[in-house]
Amino acid sequence: MTLQPQSVATNQPEGEQPVIRVRDLVKTFDRRVLDGVNLDVHKGETMVIMGGSGCGKSTLLRHLIASLRPDSGGIELFGQDLIKLDHEQLDNVRRRFGILFQSGALFNSMTVGENVALPLREHTSLDDDTIDIMVRIKLELVGMRHAVHLMPAELSGGMKKRAGLARAIALDPEILFYDEPSAGLDPVTSAQIDQLMMDLAKKLGVTTVVVTHEMDSAFRIADRMAMLDKGRMLKVAPRAEFEAIRDADPTGDFTNDLIRQFLRGDSTGPLTSRRKNSGYEEDILDAAGM
Amino acid sequence: MSHNPAPAISQVRRFGDVAVVDVQGDIDLSRSVEFQQTLLRILDEKPSRMVINLEAVPYMDSSGVASLVKVLSRARRANTLLVLASLSPRVKNLLEITRLDSVFKISANEQDALA
Repeated sequence: MTLQPQSVATNQPEGEQPVIRVRDLVKTFDRRVLDGVNLDVHKGETMVIMGGSGCGKSTLLRHLIASLRPDSGGIELFGQDLIKLDHEQLDNVRRRFGILFQSGALFNSMTVGENVALPLREHTSLDDDTIDIMVRIKLELVGMRHAVHLMPAELSGGMKKRAGLARAIALDPEILFYDEPSAGLDPVTSAQIDQLMMDLAKKLGVTTVVVTHEMDSAFRIADRMAMLDKGRMLKVAPRAEFEAIRDADPTGDFTNDLIRQFLRGDSTGPLTSRRKNSGYEEDILDAAGM
Repeated sequence: MSHNPAPAISQVRRFGDVAVVDVQGDIDLSRSVEFQQTLLRILDEKPSRMVINLEAVPYMDSSGVASLVKVLSRARRANTLLVLASLSPRVKNLLEITRLDSVFKISANEQDALA
């Protein structure tokens, strides 16, 4: 199998613009966190962005939701360059996507229903009756209608995610972003949330972008997958290609074997060797005062 | 989200005490308030039956559906029979996924809705 680092998979229908287009994205904090990242996400697909801790996937997500500006490169959502938009234009783009944060990010002082209603009260002129009806519709879609009057403290981890998801879909978004949706969940609850994500993607026709390092979940939900490593996009490909790498023997190719090790969760392989060797000589010589 | 400046209700036809309401264009957050208010005004005239013809509505979001639910609630209180007619596949699908297809009386076409 040929690997093409920095490649951008292009299985989109001819003539149709991707919903999300990332080009040569660079971001530096104390080190270069994103190093020329490219990614296209097409309408209606589920794209899973994966990689180990510190690979840059959360930073990439924060760029996609317009909470960070890149040092260089471009991000387009719905064909609009986020960097060129003014405040009002950016608000209009933000209304077209929803985000499910790791914790669900519910306001603890509000009921579940009030949490779901919040975006509707902030961004629409709908009356209270209509908002109440919409809240119940959204909660029904995530199997949480019974919880409309409950407080977040009364919810389990899985219920918090569902409630957060109901809020994320309050404004009928065209894109749903998920930040580590399996975090803190037991395997059964995690599988249920995966199923809900797939159901919603299918029913609502939304484009879905998931950032995760949970491989079971990633392989359940992805149409295509993107693997980041040390701020660089190693590979973007359909799920089946990643499954083939995972299930094959090592090839001797560093990139291929690195992806394979990550997907399999093996304790030995290129990732481990790199971590072991990284900076050791400098550290030991520094300690010796050289 | 579309921003269709045309009114959501293109015409209201009356057959005795039956009102047939023709709706046009996408019904989303930008038009739901006006859509709902117009329907409620027609309901104030207390027709025995109100048929909402959705043939020219390619898409409706959940604010449009919620508006229809509110109108249905008012119609029931006023003893007006509310019928949705000629739904596009997308609108029909939305009512199905929100499990509201069994809440509304839905007719395949206007003739059936008036029968």
